[in-house]
Amino acid sequence: MTTIASLEDKFYQTIDAEEKIEPKDWMPDDYRKTLVRQISQHAHSEIIGMLPEGNWITRAPSLKRKLALLAKVQDEAGHGLYLYAACETLGVGRDELLDQLHTGKAKYSSIFNYPTITWADMGAIGWLVDGAAIMNQVPLCRCSYGPYSRAMVRVCKEESFHQRQGYEIMTTLAKGSEEQKAMAQDALNRWWWPSLMMFGPNDSVSTHSEMSMRWKIKRFSNDELRQRFVDMTVPQAELIGLTIPDPLLKFNEEKKGYDFGPIDWDEFKMVVNGHGPCNEERMAARLKAHADGEWVREAASAHAARKSNSESRLKTA
Amino acid sequence: MQHSRLKFILQWADNSMILGQRLSEWCGHGPVLEHDIALTNIALDLIGEARYLYQYAAVLEANGKSEDDYPFLRKEQEFFNVLLVEQPNEDWAVTMVRQFMFDCHHLHFLNGMSGSDDPHLSEIALKTAKEARYHLKYSSDWVIRLGDGTAESKTRMQDALDKLAKFQNELFIPGEAEVEMIKVGICPDMGSIREKAFATFDEVIKEAGLTFAKPAVGRSGGKNGIHSEHMGYLLATMQYMQRTYPGLDW
Repeated sequence: MTTIASLEDKFYQTIDAEEKIEPKDWMPDDYRKTLVRQISQHAHSEIIGMLPEGNWITRAPSLKRKLALLAKVQDEAGHGLYLYAACETLGVGRDELLDQLHTGKAKYSSIFNYPTITWADMGAIGWLVDGAAIMNQVPLCRCSYGPYSRAMVRVCKEESFHQRQGYEIMTTLAKGSEEQKAMAQDALNRWWWPSLMMFGPNDSVSTHSEMSMRWKIKRFSNDELRQRFVDMTVPQAELIGLTIPDPLLKFNEEKKGYDFGPIDWDEFKMVVNGHGPCNEERMAARLKAHADGEWVREAASAHAARKSNSESRLKTA
Repeated sequence: MQHSRLKFILQWADNSMILGQRLSEWCGHGPVLEHDIALTNIALDLIGEARYLYQYAAVLEANGKSEDDYPFLRKEQEFFNVLLVEQPNEDWAVTMVRQFMFDCHHLHFLNGMSGSDDPHLSEIALKTAKEARYHLKYSSDWVIRLGDGTAESKTRMQDALDKLAKFQNELFIPGEAEVEMIKVGICPDMGSIREKAFATFDEVIKEAGLTFAKPAVGRSGGKNGIHSEHMGYLLATMQYMQRTYPGLDW
């Protein structure tokens, strides 16, 4: 007889053997819930993340940049799709998840509540925000849940392309006129600290980490990943002559990495709790798109239903 | 002749560029994720097509211009696109009817252009006709789906059709540059394009259960650089960076 205990044993054996849990396998409720929360939050971040960059598609400064930015924002929509599909394998449909986003029940990455006010922000987002996202996401390619890990392999390939593209925008600006260089530095100043916040609270106060590590959903702690990001990014900034806006930043020979100043967690909490500079605008844009699209979705379903009815009538005739 | 050829190329490029710019406004705001992606694809194709043509224009002019000078540094009256493509997106119905009207012309125009006596233009036409065939399939499907959807979608589609009908004919009235290019075999005869385009158009409108009333008076002027009031705002947005920071590389 199969007992819960034996199912649970098998589950942990699979995890410990570094094999994948698949949709039809037994899994603990909390594992399922954690995955749905994390994957849907990631999906929502992709969809909301289209807005700050979408803001500059119509104003991109050259044809080459316009095409690249359009393609990039389109990739984000694609990531949203894979991730919603990964959630569906856990029994939660896209409509339900979107509803959670629209009612404010589900969160998305707070970074997208900052405004994109100059062209250089397209560079900074690619370089820093996508860079931080990759740090978080590369380990997820080995996540214990099969559909999520496979979606992440694809997402990471595209994100790394976006990151190079963003850095290339920054490089072009940094090598350009005084005005362009100042624009690049200003964007770095505004996006640096919010990017560090993307790794989440310090390990000492992080609430979701321990079980996620045991389940091999998460492989490294928030602080470890943040440190890697800083160590990777500082030399990149130096290479193009930009200055990281942190007077306490200093290379520590002993740990072979950078020490950096304290993060303003009060600001982080404010933005998470809905008081960032663009929280209202982002939600309003999302809700408007959804509401404006309602008649379209209804009409498409009505037509599809009519079509499949008449097709089944033909088959039975 | 050289002047007419350049104007003809720019007119073709501007149609795709301005419609691509309009479609790109939808990115992130579509009714459903799959169609946000699909519409962005069409925008990418159209702007890509315009880019080939602007590059060719720069080669022909041979005066140091780049592909970016054409979309970002010309004045409003130096754009020769038809009025249809600059009309605002409004809702999904208007966007789809505008797209469908454009695609009916675009595909058959490109098919005709693939036999052009200008080998470079015929190559561009051959390459982009494949994409245009997909665009027409996409917009036709939406016209049928929404015409045959709900009462609301049908009303919206009929309103969109009535509203945009007056802009459709401009696509088929040869402008100055086209007349010259038809004479030398660079541009195909517009009469046969019109016939094929309307055959497709009528069939889809019928299947969608919509009615098309030929407008009493058509609107035109774009081919001569006289645009609707919408064009200035579109350019103000599109040209913002190049106008604010002249002469820089991005």
